[in-house]
Amino acid sequence: MIHEIIVSIFLLIGGLFCLIAAVGVVRLPDLFIRMHAATKTGTVGVSSIVVGMIIHFANITVTSRGLLVIAFFLLTAPVAAHMIGRAAYRSGVALWLLTRVDEWKTHGSIMQDDD
Amino acid sequence: MQLFAVNFLISLLWALLTGSLSVGNLFVGFLLGYLALFLMDPHDNEANSYFKKTKLFLSFMLYFFKELIVSSAKVAVDVVKPNPLVRPGIVGVPIDAETDLEITLLANVISLTPGTLSLEISKDRKILYVHGMYVMNPDDFRKEIKDGLERRLLELLR
Repeated sequence: MIHEIIVSIFLLIGGLFCLIAAVGVVRLPDLFIRMHAATKTGTVGVSSIVVGMIIHFANITVTSRGLLVIAFFLLTAPVAAHMIGRAAYRSGVALWLLTRVDEWKTHGSIMQDDD
Repeated sequence: MQLFAVNFLISLLWALLTGSLSVGNLFVGFLLGYLALFLMDPHDNEANSYFKKTKLFLSFMLYFFKELIVSSAKVAVDVVKPNPLVRPGIVGVPIDAETDLEITLLANVISLTPGTLSLEISKDRKILYVHGMYVMNPDDFRKEIKDGLERRLLELLR
């Protein structure tokens, strides 16, 4: 009984975070801020669902695979976010109107030659 | 690293001896092995670094997951709110990380904590440009990354 409640809490939290990540991609103002919602909130959502699964099955084959799923997710999600953000900035995607500072631009013109 | 392998073997041995190769059993075996190794040779130089690293690793993981969950909740709330309190900005953070591994891991960890996304490193590899969702004040933002994530990560790696 208590076991099932704990599993459901993890699954529900995971689902909620995934939903919020999807809503964030639609609602937030510019590409860079959308990447925040897409990568991190999504990672937490998926991890939470996998943790719920591990607790539910509680055997070594599911646990080892589940932990590896989380580990690889944590390794790859930020790399993808980084590459998309970098490519977007370099190809001139506009920042949101209310963006406060852009130190890459102010430093960048002095320090970076184009390649 | 060698001690870690020994420790893992002890935990495997423990699990085989008790007859069930379950996660809980492996975990108990690992704890017992850790304790035994710690009691056996607390003054060995390499051993000390293994035990110190373990402590640093655990405290880093704890800090990282706390940050991940707290700031995910913050981003989640802002996604749902009608008028999100977003103050985005790109800030150049001077970094002390030098090797490829250190810089990669630092950029990765920064990207993983919600509210920060590493975009680009300068040509001389001294400045990391980070897109932040909540940049109230660039100097505070810089300090937060340097004192929090970077200090802990470099302590662990060096």
